[in-house]
Amino acid sequence: MLFPIWPDEAASGAQEVDQIVIGLVLMSLFFIIVVAGPILYFGFKYRRSRPANRVISHHNTWAIEITWTLVPLIIAVCFFVVAASVYFRQRHPPADAMEIHVIGKQWMWKIQHPQGKREINELHVPVGVPIKLLMTSQDVIHSFYIPAFRIKQDVLPGRYTSMWFVPQKTGEYHLFCTQYCGEGHARMTGKAIVLSKADYQKWLTSGEQSENPAKAGAELFRQYGCSGCHAGSRVVRAPSLVGLYGSVVPLEGNKTTIADDQYLRDSILLPNSQVVAGYEPVMPSYQGKLSEDALFSLIAYLKSLGPGAEEGGTQPLKYSNDMGAAQLLPSGSKGSAK
Amino acid sequence: MNTDQKADYLAEHTLRSCLLTTDHKRIGLLYLFSILFFFAIAAVAAALIRLQLISPTGGLLTTETYNRLFTLHGVFMVWFFLIPSIPSVLGNFILPLMLGARDLAFPKLNLLSWYLFNAGGLLALWAIVGGGVDTGWTFYAPYSTTYANGQVVTMVAGIFVAGFSSILTGLNFIVTTHQMRAPGLTWFRLPIFVWSLYATSLILVLATPVLAMLLMLVGIERIWGVGIFDPSLGGDPVLFQHLFWFYSHPAVYVMILPGMGVVSELIPCFARKRLFGYPFVAGASVAIAVFGFLVWGHHMFVSSQSPYAGMVFSFLSYMVAIPSAIKVFNWTATLYKGSIALDTPMLYALGFIGLFTAGGLTGLFLAALAVDVHVTHTYFVVAHFHYIMVGGMVLAFMGGLHYWWPKITGRMYPEQLGRLAALVTFIGFNLTFFPQFILGYLGMPRRYALYPPEFQFYHILSTAGASILGVGYALPVFYFLWSLKHGLRAGPNPWCATGLEWQTPSPPPPYNFETTPIVDSGPYNYPQPASPPPTPPPGEAPRMTNTES
Repeated sequence: MLFPIWPDEAASGAQEVDQIVIGLVLMSLFFIIVVAGPILYFGFKYRRSRPANRVISHHNTWAIEITWTLVPLIIAVCFFVVAASVYFRQRHPPADAMEIHVIGKQWMWKIQHPQGKREINELHVPVGVPIKLLMTSQDVIHSFYIPAFRIKQDVLPGRYTSMWFVPQKTGEYHLFCTQYCGEGHARMTGKAIVLSKADYQKWLTSGEQSENPAKAGAELFRQYGCSGCHAGSRVVRAPSLVGLYGSVVPLEGNKTTIADDQYLRDSILLPNSQVVAGYEPVMPSYQGKLSEDALFSLIAYLKSLGPGAEEGGTQPLKYSNDMGAAQLLPSGSKGSAK
Repeated sequence: MNTDQKADYLAEHTLRSCLLTTDHKRIGLLYLFSILFFFAIAAVAAALIRLQLISPTGGLLTTETYNRLFTLHGVFMVWFFLIPSIPSVLGNFILPLMLGARDLAFPKLNLLSWYLFNAGGLLALWAIVGGGVDTGWTFYAPYSTTYANGQVVTMVAGIFVAGFSSILTGLNFIVTTHQMRAPGLTWFRLPIFVWSLYATSLILVLATPVLAMLLMLVGIERIWGVGIFDPSLGGDPVLFQHLFWFYSHPAVYVMILPGMGVVSELIPCFARKRLFGYPFVAGASVAIAVFGFLVWGHHMFVSSQSPYAGMVFSFLSYMVAIPSAIKVFNWTATLYKGSIALDTPMLYALGFIGLFTAGGLTGLFLAALAVDVHVTHTYFVVAHFHYIMVGGMVLAFMGGLHYWWPKITGRMYPEQLGRLAALVTFIGFNLTFFPQFILGYLGMPRRYALYPPEFQFYHILSTAGASILGVGYALPVFYFLWSLKHGLRAGPNPWCATGLEWQTPSPPPPYNFETTPIVDSGPYNYPQPASPPPTPPPGEAPRMTNTES
């Protein structure tokens, strides 16, 4: 076609957004008729050269004003409620969503699948599976946008943001960076490629492979000496990390927080900002020592330790090489979350 | 310094009388020259942007140049044209006349404002000449503070300085409105233009300091590497956005409220009717100014702001639409049983209502959370705010300029050419920006120098529209200049309009009024056709008494 008039609807939620938009378009047409109609009609009927009855009869200004205040107000509240409820669902991914890591940098998207496969400026996803993108930026703010899915989320440095969707139609769709990020902003584009589940499996095993993030994270965990304190025969008393992810962590000063991705990230980079109750703030910062990639891997490893795992322990950290994800074998007595 | 033997305020022609004047009318003209100069620069940038976008692969400009051009366009249009356009030019000229005052409360401060404005503008220009800035007018951190090349510090310094001009002008208008109204000119006898300038001034005085602080913080982080916004230095980039939009959203209302004020003058005059629902229109101006401070977060629905905050901001954004709707309905109702003349100012005013309505309604799309997630950062936003800022503010500015041109210069512009220009502007505007709504909904991101080929059709329409719009802008330049020598003499009140500004000669004498006028009735007191004895319904503005006009 010479020109498209409506974007593809290729994910859950796209239709909901489009329905709201159609409602808004109809409402707009209604108000344009309500405003432009009288302007044109009065402009013709009461033009100065034309005789017309211009005697104004008495009218109740208050009633008129209240009517045209309340009617738009009610319509506005309706649209607010509908659009906000769809948005609320957009912001809350299901627990079983498949998590894909996205790193934005000037001017490309680096993507890693849970199985380990990496790609650049392309996002392959299986149809019908809830997908959660966990995203961060290595430099400036970017924004991850797939118009056919009707979703967008800014991607920030120093912070994790996420978005989720269920692809519903196989095909290739545009992927854009929509937060201005410098000279190459207009080239920071790519494709979202929705495959059938079988094709996705085939794609995962084709081409260059790399280690899955949890496993890579387990290696980093030892390599950077984390295990020295958080597992094994500890020299320094540090909280166990088994079952930490998703749990409620008691902090110094009678506060608590939920151990989500952002909390884990902050605890690695800024360990003294949120100290677990009962522990000394002795952990060194890893700011500047770990790449975003390595952080993703470490966090993936920590996630693989729980939930479900019982108590953290003082046993040496072990993981078996034959397993897909690293596994900590817990035992022992005391321990608090973290 | 002005002598009495020469009749009008334009009589003196010495350099000193031009550059050191404290006459609000002359300063209004100085502002007119300044903003037209900056507008011309920003318009050239827009033209180059539109030319580049004819082709999906660009070719005319490098992406780097393109990025610098849209930054230039945004910065100059927002801070050096739109914000000062109606307040500093028309407001400066008309406000004291409407109040029956001799000048603004602080004439020297007014002159200082103009100098600060130009100093800021020249600093910003220097930043352009010295290599340019490619951050966009929004200066989002950490790109602007850490990563961008170019003259960011000079540019923000320019805006910083110009901000003081805004603050001083706002302060001047507020004090003038409180202190210098003619005897009998009570608050509810003020023309709506005064109300809207007052609301605008409140915003300028309260919001601009936040911008100044923000720009200073940008400079501090950029020069000394103090971590404020850049997370790698320990800062928070979302903090930047909160501060920026806390200023810039109210600033959006600075770019529309004065336009609404102008239209509220034009509609009654050319319909020969009192403004329908005067107290509601006046109250709506103030309501918009107040609500305008509470909706900044609707620029940040996808920024990682909490979804609960998003909901509050979305709800408040819907609320701010209501006073705007009230205004539109009241303007429309004013036409009922009027005696309507479609002179040039009226054409601009009616065009304003149509385009502002379209811009406002698409604002409801953007306030709808789930829809905003899709269309924010796209051409949909670009189209929306151009409908408000160009379709609204620029049309109102043109309408006001035509309406008060005879007062400013003492001469009439050629009416037929004026109507033609208004029509051309309206058509060109819609052709330029309507396709951008579709582009945005299709997913075309803003600030892209290159784009996928399926979007080309709409970009070509938009560029074609922009060239027509350019003709609409250029025509008035020529006939206004022509009218200075050859226009018909206007006389004090060519439109038979009410309002104190029409009760003094055109152009007015240096101190505006021979004798201070005394006001004994409300505004827009146009003679109504013979009617049953007027019993004003409750809630309406005081009116009646048939004074002249």
